[in-house]
Amino acid sequence: MAPRIGVVVFPGTNCEHDVVQAVETAGGSGTLLWHGDAQLGAVDAVVLPGGFAHGDYLRPGALARFSPVMDAVATFARAGGPVVGICNGFQVLTEAGLLPGALQKNGRLRFLCEPARLVVTSTSSVLTSGSAVGDELVIPINHFSGNYTCDDATLRRLQAEDRVVLRYADNPNGSVDAVAGIANEAGNVVGLMPHPERASHALLGSTDGLVLLRALVGAATTYAAA
Amino acid sequence: MKFRARVEVQLRTGIADPEGATIERALPALGFGSVAHVRAGRSFSFEVDAPDEGAARTTASELADRLLANPVIEESRLELEAL
Repeated sequence: MAPRIGVVVFPGTNCEHDVVQAVETAGGSGTLLWHGDAQLGAVDAVVLPGGFAHGDYLRPGALARFSPVMDAVATFARAGGPVVGICNGFQVLTEAGLLPGALQKNGRLRFLCEPARLVVTSTSSVLTSGSAVGDELVIPINHFSGNYTCDDATLRRLQAEDRVVLRYADNPNGSVDAVAGIANEAGNVVGLMPHPERASHALLGSTDGLVLLRALVGAATTYAAA
Repeated sequence: MKFRARVEVQLRTGIADPEGATIERALPALGFGSVAHVRAGRSFSFEVDAPDEGAARTTASELADRLLANPVIEESRLELEAL
């Protein structure tokens, strides 16, 4: 049976259906989860998709972290369940403290909506386990606050622990160390600004996102069996 | 007692502030060439019901740290006045 990937919908989320379709292309079974529910139900992985959760008021992700579903997501993550935050979902994960650092406004205050060239820099995460270090992927970005920042000690730790999983080849938003995606210590929680679901069909111009989503579906299968 | 709290949130020193920098770049064209080191921020105000000023300060600063500011990149300053 295909593993069930729960895709969380906050008020203002707008990529949930794209993510469901893409994880199904990648071999999973997608199901929508409502942010106001304190339970995740029977899912084998969770995706926090892109959009503008709670209108992005205050700061992107700042209010979403108080949604009832987030306690369940944190519990699921602590138990080793695969959790991926895409774009706004990455912002939510940092605000919720499930990933370190913060996403601030892009350098030069530019809203960026373009294909980004990414380099896989670690394969020890649920999203990059199907890739090889050095693989180049072209996946779209679409954000105003994607400029990853953290203090020096945190950055050194991320580097030493092989937790920077994706870097930009051209660093369009000014992120520290060209960070496009990071993982937690165990590699089961990943946040990235690029949108893999928007690179999941040849008609979209790239299928590179499927490489990442297939790895996630694989991790969900492993988690379901454990 | 009721207190009015005003919380000012700014990016920490050393964190790039593209908004402040963009405002600053516009200043010479407006004739404000003598102005420098612009930092952008936000301000919040709210009322706190508390037995005394110390308790109001504790509540307001906890709110500032847990929600209004992201301590990873921002710092906050709190002012209180009794109403």
